[in-house]
Amino acid sequence: MSTAFSKRQKAGQRLVNVAAGAALLYIFIPIFVIVLFSFNEPKGKYNIKWQNFTLNNWAHPFVEKELTSALWVSLRIALIATIVSTILGTLIAMSLSRYKFKASGAVNLFLVLPLTAPEIVLGSSLATLFLNRSVGFGYVTIIIAHIMFQISFVAVTVRARIRGFDWTLEQAAQDLGATPSRAFWKVTFPLILPGIMAAALLSFALSVDDFIITFFNAGSLVTFPLQIFGASRVKISPQINVLASMLLFASVALMAGAMVLGRRRERRHAGTLSK
Amino acid sequence: MASVVSAGKKWGDSLSSRPENVGLGVMLGLGVGAVALAAQWVKGPSAMLVAIAMLAMVVGLIYTAFAGGLEARKSLAPYGLLKPGMIWLCLFFLAPLWSMVVMSLSSKAGRFDFFPDFTWNFENYRIALTKFRPQFIRSFSYAGIATLLTVVIGYPLAYFIAFRGGKYRNILLGLVVVPFFTSYLIRTLAWNNILADEGPVVSLINTLHLSGIFESLDIMQNGKLMNTPAAVIGGLTYNFLPFMVLPIYVSLEKIDVRLVDAAMDLYSSASQAFRKVVLPLSLPGLFAGSLLVFIPAAGDFVNAQFLGNPQTTMIGNSIQDQFLRQLNYPVASAMSFVLMIIITIIVLIYTKFMGTEDLA
Repeated sequence: MSTAFSKRQKAGQRLVNVAAGAALLYIFIPIFVIVLFSFNEPKGKYNIKWQNFTLNNWAHPFVEKELTSALWVSLRIALIATIVSTILGTLIAMSLSRYKFKASGAVNLFLVLPLTAPEIVLGSSLATLFLNRSVGFGYVTIIIAHIMFQISFVAVTVRARIRGFDWTLEQAAQDLGATPSRAFWKVTFPLILPGIMAAALLSFALSVDDFIITFFNAGSLVTFPLQIFGASRVKISPQINVLASMLLFASVALMAGAMVLGRRRERRHAGTLSK
Repeated sequence: MASVVSAGKKWGDSLSSRPENVGLGVMLGLGVGAVALAAQWVKGPSAMLVAIAMLAMVVGLIYTAFAGGLEARKSLAPYGLLKPGMIWLCLFFLAPLWSMVVMSLSSKAGRFDFFPDFTWNFENYRIALTKFRPQFIRSFSYAGIATLLTVVIGYPLAYFIAFRGGKYRNILLGLVVVPFFTSYLIRTLAWNNILADEGPVVSLINTLHLSGIFESLDIMQNGKLMNTPAAVIGGLTYNFLPFMVLPIYVSLEKIDVRLVDAAMDLYSSASQAFRKVVLPLSLPGLFAGSLLVFIPAAGDFVNAQFLGNPQTTMIGNSIQDQFLRQLNYPVASAMSFVLMIIITIIVLIYTKFMGTEDLA
C-alpha cells in the first residue's frame, strides 16, 4: 500500500519535471532557431527555409545599411528615454517606499494603469494627442512615449527592490553628523543603486524592443523593430538574425555578469558581518 | 482690496499649518492643469490663466516649504518626489486618453481631414461594435485561450523552479526571461521558420501521418500550420509565457514548505496537499499572471500579422489599419476606447480583490 502510494507520488513528481523541462524547451526552441538561421544562406529574399551553413552573415553583419541605421536609432532613443525615466521613476519609488502619506494608495493604482493598459491604446491615444497639437512625429515623440511607459515600469521595479530597505541607516548617518544630502549620497544611494541599475537595464531593453507604441508615434523615423516589420513583407535577411543574436548574447552576458557581481558582493558583506 | 489680501493671507497661513495638504493639493492641481493644457480643455487666454494658476501653485508650495521649516519640508517631500513623474504621466498618459475620447466622438469632413470636429458622433461606436465585432470576439477568445495555455505550460515550470530549483533558481529564472532579450518581432518571425509549410514540424507531422488528427482538431488547415488561428494563438502563448511564470513563481516561493509537510503528516496525499494547500496559496500569482498575459495578448496585432491570415485579424490589427492606413482616427479611437474600457473593468475587479502589489 505504502509503496504504491510512493510510486504514484514519484510518478507525479516525474511528470512535473518532464512538464517543466518541456516548457523550458518550448521557451528556447525559437531562440535556437534565431541563432541557427543567422548561419543560413537563404535562397531568395526570405530567410525561412534552411539551406546551407555559412559564416558569411556574421562576417558582414552591418551590410544591410537600413537595418544597421535603424538599430542605431533605437539605441539612441533608448539611452535618452532610459536616463530620464530612471530618474523620474526612482523618485516615485523612493517617495512610495520611504514615506507614509495620504495619497499613496491612489498613486499606486495610477502607476499600475499604464502598465495594464493595452499598448495599442497607449500608442494610438498619444498619437491622437500629437496629431491634435500638430506635433511633428519623430525622435521627440518616440522618446516621450517611451519615457511614459518606462516611468511606471522603473517605479514599480525599484519599489519592489528597495522594499524592506532600512531607512534608519540614513538617520544614523545624520546622527553621526552627516548633512542630509551627504547621508543620502554616501549611505542610501550606494545601497539602492543595484536595484536602480537593474530597473534601468530592463527598461532600456523594453525601449529598444518596443514596437506597438513606437509604430503609432514614429512618423517616418524607423527604429529597429519598425525596420523589421516594414521589411518583413519584402525581405527577411539573415542579418536580422545576426544582429538579434548579437543583442541577445550581449544582454545575457550583461545579466550573467550582474548576477555574479551581486553574488560576490553578498558574500563579501556576509564575510564582514561574520567577522 | 485690503480684505482680499488679508483673506488670502489667512488662507495661506491655514494651509501652511497643514503642509501635507498643500503638497497633495499642489500635486493634484498641477496634474489637472497639465491635462487641461495638453488635452486642450482650455484654449487661448483661459489657457494662459491655467498656466498662471499652476505657476502660483508652485510659488505657494515653495513659500510653504520655506516658511514651514524642517517639519513642513518633511511632509512635503513625498509629493515633491512624485511630482515630476506624475506630471509626465498626466501629460502623456491621461491627457492622450482624453484626446482619444474626444476623437472617438468626432466626425471627419473627408478622407484627408486630419482635424475631425467634435460632434458627439456616436456613429463611430456603432461601427466599432458592429463592423469590427468579429475582431473584438477573436481578440478576446484568442487571448483567453492563450492565457489558459500559459497556465498549463507555465505552472509546472514555476512549480519546478520554486520547489526543485535549489541553488539553480536564479539561473532558471534567468532562462525564463531570456526571450525578452531578443526582439519581440524576431521571436515571432522565428515561429515562421518553425511552422513553415516545408519546416520541421509540418514534415514531422506528415511522416507520422498525424495530419488527419491535427486537421480534425482545427490546428492544421489544408495541411498547413502557418497562417491559421492556432499559429496566432501559439505565438501569443509563446510571447507572453514569462509573464505567467514569474508571478506564479513569486507566490509559490512565499509558501512555507512546512505547510505541505504538515498536510502530509495529517495523511493527505500529495495531490490533496497540492490541491488544498499549494494551489490556493498560489492563486494570487495565477490571477496576476492571467492579467499580465491576457491584456497584452488582447491588444496585440503582431502575431496575427506575422502568423495569421486575413480571417484571423484581431482588434489591434483593425485599430492599426484604421488609424495609420485609412487615417480614420475617429473609428480607430472608438475601438481603442472600447478595448480600454473592457480591460479597465477587468483590472479594477482584479485590484478590488487582489490589490496592486502582485502586478509588479
